[in-house]
Amino acid sequence: MIARIAPFFTRAADSDLWHSFKRSPGAIVAAIVTLVIVLGALFAPVVAPHNPFDLASLSIMDANTPPAWEEGGSPDFLLGTDDQGRDILSAVMYGSRVSLLVGFASVLFSMVLGVTLGLISGYAGGRVDSFIMRIADVQLSFPAILVALLIDGVARGLLPRDMHDQLALYVLIFAIGISGWVQYARTVRGSTLVERNKEYVQAAKLIGIGPITILRRHILPNVMGPVLVIATIHLAIAIITEATLSFLGVGVPPTAPSLGTLIRIGNSYLFSGMWWISIFPGIALVALVLSVNLLGDWLRDALNPKLR
Amino acid sequence: MALLNIEDIRIEFPSRRGTMVAVDGVSLSLEKGEILGVVGESGAGKSTIGNAVIGLLEAPGRLAGGSVLLNGERIDTLTPAQQRKVRGRRIGMIFQDPLTSLDPLQTVESQLVETMLVHLDLSHDAAKKRAVQLLAQVGIDQPELRVQQYPHQFSGGMRQRVVIALALCCKPEVIIADEPTTALDVSIQAQILDLLKKLCREEQVGMIIITHDMGVIADVTDRVAVLYRGKLVEQGPTAKILGDPDHAYTRSLISAVPRPDIKLKRFPLVTYIESVRTPAQPLDLATHWLGQRRDFGKRTDGPLVQVRDLSMRFVLKSAFFKRNQRTLDAVKRVNLSIGEGEVFGLVGESGSGKSTVARLISGLYTPSEGSVTFGGTDLTALKGEKELNPFRRQIQMIFQDPFSSLNPRMRVLDIVAEPIRFHKLAASEAETRRIVADLLDVVGLADRAAERFPHEFSGGQRQRICIARALATRPRFLICDEPTSALDVSIQAQILNLLKDLQEELGLTMLFISHDLPVIRQMCDRVGVMRHGELLEVAETEALFEHPQHPYSQHLLGLMPRLQSMSREGLDVVG
Repeated sequence: MIARIAPFFTRAADSDLWHSFKRSPGAIVAAIVTLVIVLGALFAPVVAPHNPFDLASLSIMDANTPPAWEEGGSPDFLLGTDDQGRDILSAVMYGSRVSLLVGFASVLFSMVLGVTLGLISGYAGGRVDSFIMRIADVQLSFPAILVALLIDGVARGLLPRDMHDQLALYVLIFAIGISGWVQYARTVRGSTLVERNKEYVQAAKLIGIGPITILRRHILPNVMGPVLVIATIHLAIAIITEATLSFLGVGVPPTAPSLGTLIRIGNSYLFSGMWWISIFPGIALVALVLSVNLLGDWLRDALNPKLR
Repeated sequence: MALLNIEDIRIEFPSRRGTMVAVDGVSLSLEKGEILGVVGESGAGKSTIGNAVIGLLEAPGRLAGGSVLLNGERIDTLTPAQQRKVRGRRIGMIFQDPLTSLDPLQTVESQLVETMLVHLDLSHDAAKKRAVQLLAQVGIDQPELRVQQYPHQFSGGMRQRVVIALALCCKPEVIIADEPTTALDVSIQAQILDLLKKLCREEQVGMIIITHDMGVIADVTDRVAVLYRGKLVEQGPTAKILGDPDHAYTRSLISAVPRPDIKLKRFPLVTYIESVRTPAQPLDLATHWLGQRRDFGKRTDGPLVQVRDLSMRFVLKSAFFKRNQRTLDAVKRVNLSIGEGEVFGLVGESGSGKSTVARLISGLYTPSEGSVTFGGTDLTALKGEKELNPFRRQIQMIFQDPFSSLNPRMRVLDIVAEPIRFHKLAASEAETRRIVADLLDVVGLADRAAERFPHEFSGGQRQRICIARALATRPRFLICDEPTSALDVSIQAQILNLLKDLQEELGLTMLFISHDLPVIRQMCDRVGVMRHGELLEVAETEALFEHPQHPYSQHLLGLMPRLQSMSREGLDVVG
């Protein structure tokens, strides 16, 4: 096993991608910030000083404590607490869990949907292609956030009230996912149009291989490069969209707050001087989105040197 | 003093993996009215030298040593602004692809006039007048009319004439032509070469022709310089180099050129190129996996492949109403038959429909009319993949471009094993691997090849992988669509030898497509000549080459470079 992995690492260490990474300080900082936030979110139950969801551990007495360095702050609550006595640092860590989960899941959903439709569209051509691309055009004429709002609204209307809170997360993932597939589909369709005329695809046809296998085994791996770049940049957009929806109150329920929900909760206290409730989740959100975006930009440049 | 002197130049391409020396210690000189040929295989550095002379080296390449003198004046140390004045004014350039070297958004006139206004002290009207003269000079009919047209309104050959006019417009002292005819058909190539030769004499311009094509060298050059891996191996008068070369590399390069005048049993084994293991003994079909063909269906006495009235119409512009549609008849009522074990050649210029015929026979395209019968079964009447599959296995194809015919994301093992796995030709995975290793051995690739990816191989090695993949279905009929036109001559010789050997050992039936007449002569038993989608003449190869019947065949053969003076040392001639 180790013998099989070792060459992968030597290859990776020697690759142009790693070389370019080592020489772009922006990408390194962005990677570190992303890594810290992702690890903090992933191991929140272990690392976080409190569990903001454990109602028994909450005490109203601790409510509205300012950050530790402010007057009246407590070392127990490094970044202060909110109106119910929840530790902000822990809430941010648990909140980024939700944000990242929604982000990754909806990007995955968009990607699978978009890549599949793009492959079909590019390979089949003709009517199928026109049909899929016209749907894409129609959807593109609406802003992504509007599409997500629409789907969320419809789901609210359709689902019974008590089920809604349980399913809110999945509805959100679905809504954000649906709103982002077009970009993948268009890119993949374009690359597929190029790849399907290459001679290796014709050789596969001559062997007798069917279209589904050709798409999966031959074309898919060759169109994934740009998709990964789009996915990285889309991840940042998905996280922001989730935060926006949650801020507007149509996202995840306040019982399991995401970063957006935390900002919304803090928003009503901003003018009473309790700035820390929304500022710290805000900083975490900006840092996460910015660094993911920077990584995406770097990846795009590194994979496509002609752009520079 | 020579017109252009290139003295001991060294060109480097530094990268983080170390410095690549593209050209090392090359000295060349050029006199007025002389044509110097620079010949070598891909990667020899011949284009790099041309680019270095005109100061167009692509970053990070740099001139690390030596000097370039034009009329005794150093031009390699000039500033970029001064270099721009030399370029175009004193040194003209002709590039390979006339499609991309003209600005599609400007008329021919404005491109010519602009260049002249920049470099020459001419009035606008005088420049316009000269533009028309130039077009007339390079042999374009109705120059007053054509000068107003855009590049897309010219054909490929005409466009190359315009490029030549553009290179000539400022009366340069030197013209550098980088593969000026490689993108053109043979008949146009001959015209362009004649034109270049004539202009050189008339205008007393010195010209460097950079090419990989020995035919071009033999046709037009006075002297030749042979490059090998960035080093000058030999330089001298053309007749001497071609007829009696001194250096071993030149000798092997010349012996690898397909001969138009004689048929060889096989190409001599060329030294000095990538080494390939040749299997020691011929395959023993009785025991070999490749010999154990199964379920080929009934055998018939007639020809293996019978093509009747085959036509293919492509829709260029689809429209709801039939009359608004634009169509192109790529293949028009072609009839041919190929006997078992025969090598049938199809020859023609680009756009003649020969590749379309190949794709129709292989089943990649469905014909608009006509039928393809294979071993007694009408393939065009079969419905769906299920019925076609047994025939898929028997018909395989080798493509022109070895760089796009292998999936870059798959290992060679998986590429070659794919047909075996798909058709379940092996009992187990272990057996599949054994067969793949064996196939790679048959095509002359080392054992380790299976674990690597296509990009780790050169063009010739990739073509070998393609051949291994085609053989993996144990085919009965192999279509080779320009299998060597993307390869260097020495590699071409190896691949053609390999195909010849396999054809003989396996008794393969082959359809061999090429635009290259000498290659056709070496490979085929019978030949068909195609033009504009029509099959004009079918004849035994030797009969066609000695006594062509159709006027077009005679015309094509007349254009073939003769290469009479070339050395015949070490050749294995048939008959």
